[in-house]
Amino acid sequence: MIAFEAVSKTYAALSEKGGGHAALSGVSLSVKAGEVFGVIGASGAGKSTLIRLINGLETPTGGRVVVDGDDVAALGVEGLRALRRRVGMIFQHFNLLSGKTVAQNVAFPLKLAGRPAAEVKARTAELLERVGLSAHAGKFPAQLSGGQKQRVGIARALATGPKILLCDEATSALDPETTEQILELVSGLNRELGLTIVLITHEMDVVRRVCDRVAVLEGGRLVEEGSVEDVFLHPASGTARRFVQEAEGEISVAPGVGGRLVRLTFKGEATYKPVLGEVARATGVDYSILGGRIHRLRETPYGQLTLALTGGDVAAAIAQFQAAGVRVDDLGGESV
Amino acid sequence: MENIDWAEIGQATLDTLAMLGGSMVLTILLGLPLGVILFLTGKGQMLQNRLANGALSLLVNVLRSVPFVILLIVMIPLTVALVGTSLGVAGAIPPLVVGAAPFFARLVETALREVDKGVIEASFAMGAKRRQVVLGALLPEALPGLVAAATVTAVALVSYTAMAGVVGAGGLGDLAIRFGYQRFQTDVMIVTVVLLLVLVQVLQMIGDAVVRRVSHK
Repeated sequence: MIAFEAVSKTYAALSEKGGGHAALSGVSLSVKAGEVFGVIGASGAGKSTLIRLINGLETPTGGRVVVDGDDVAALGVEGLRALRRRVGMIFQHFNLLSGKTVAQNVAFPLKLAGRPAAEVKARTAELLERVGLSAHAGKFPAQLSGGQKQRVGIARALATGPKILLCDEATSALDPETTEQILELVSGLNRELGLTIVLITHEMDVVRRVCDRVAVLEGGRLVEEGSVEDVFLHPASGTARRFVQEAEGEISVAPGVGGRLVRLTFKGEATYKPVLGEVARATGVDYSILGGRIHRLRETPYGQLTLALTGGDVAAAIAQFQAAGVRVDDLGGESV
Repeated sequence: MENIDWAEIGQATLDTLAMLGGSMVLTILLGLPLGVILFLTGKGQMLQNRLANGALSLLVNVLRSVPFVILLIVMIPLTVALVGTSLGVAGAIPPLVVGAAPFFARLVETALREVDKGVIEASFAMGAKRRQVVLGALLPEALPGLVAAATVTAVALVSYTAMAGVVGAGGLGDLAIRFGYQRFQTDVMIVTVVLLLVLVQVLQMIGDAVVRRVSHK
């Protein structure tokens, strides 16, 4: 649905002496139709540029961005406008028109597209119903809460019936409870309308809750890409590890603990099985729990425990864990 | 109050209002597009053009730096060419507009700069044409600022109309100069000044009320 082919974006130097500033360098990635794709990175990592390349608010200085079969840079003015009607966008600060009512804001993209008045009216009512704001149609944005404003933003982004929804830090200005509700709504759009969603964020928690796949950006480069499960449970890059630790709290390993250190990762049903006890009884291995986390990735429960194994048959214990569908990472420590 | 001729003061008030109304309408018609172009050709804006922006900016600065009394006199040949006379209400309007339009244009430019860039970006992201962004988002979002700019300009025009009395424009300012100042008729002076003060006060109140009405921040 969306493909980045070795995309670079360099901004012209602001002063004469400084060279250009590279916001993105050589980024290649692809987003499949119907998936929720997260892009995570610290501020200045290039996320904002990346998402704006998709609807042509920015143009690449190198490489190609292909959206729904079209090379964005090769589209003419009209082609770009047509593309933008197929790509909705919501923003961190909502960007609603303060002088227009909720209904007028939602109707705005339809009016821009020159749709007949009767259709605009019906579609606006339908969209407000979907985001639960029918009762607020006549209010101005300043009279709404942050969560309500983002709902207006979502209704407005959906107005022209897009296939793709871009979320530019859409929950970063919201409190945790409202964030939850907005993410729920966005997930629902993905499930019910089959929307392809690209969201950029600096919060791993947002990625964990709604994304299928995630790309990690650092300094304009793609440092890691994969399923949320893989990146979250087994982050390969330092950047991804930092984001995971931020979201989860660090798994601390007490220094000087004896035994073999292993990290067990349980996924899905295995999370709820009494695997630890069974294996300990069968192999005579004792374990002490040094750290751990139990949570949910979208709908999948998972657990991750760091253990020190002592006594008994450690090798057999590891084999049994693996047989039970638990991933075992050997963190070293004293061997058997 | 023995010098006061109320009929003459009434006529002078009407003349002032006519000069104000006529020049205000033309100032907005000329100054608003000028301000919009100044804004749009500015750095980082959608029609960024250093040359056009620099030229317009220079023109505005030149016109704004000429003292209005001088402008009144320098403009006389042009005024005659435009409206056939340099006297009376009609003769006052061209210099009033030339004096006020650049001033209003700068205020318009400032009001447009206050518009949230995110709203403009969002409009483009929705597939708006430039014209739709300007007419549908930029100007409506700047409306409270534009009304405030028009109010300030109208008040400035009131004092300009008083000055236009110097070149025979008529109106309250003319009365104040001819009778109040040149003939030492202090009572006429006081009445005209009070009337001008009331006019300014009323304009400001109307402007403020409209700003409150159109502002939804």
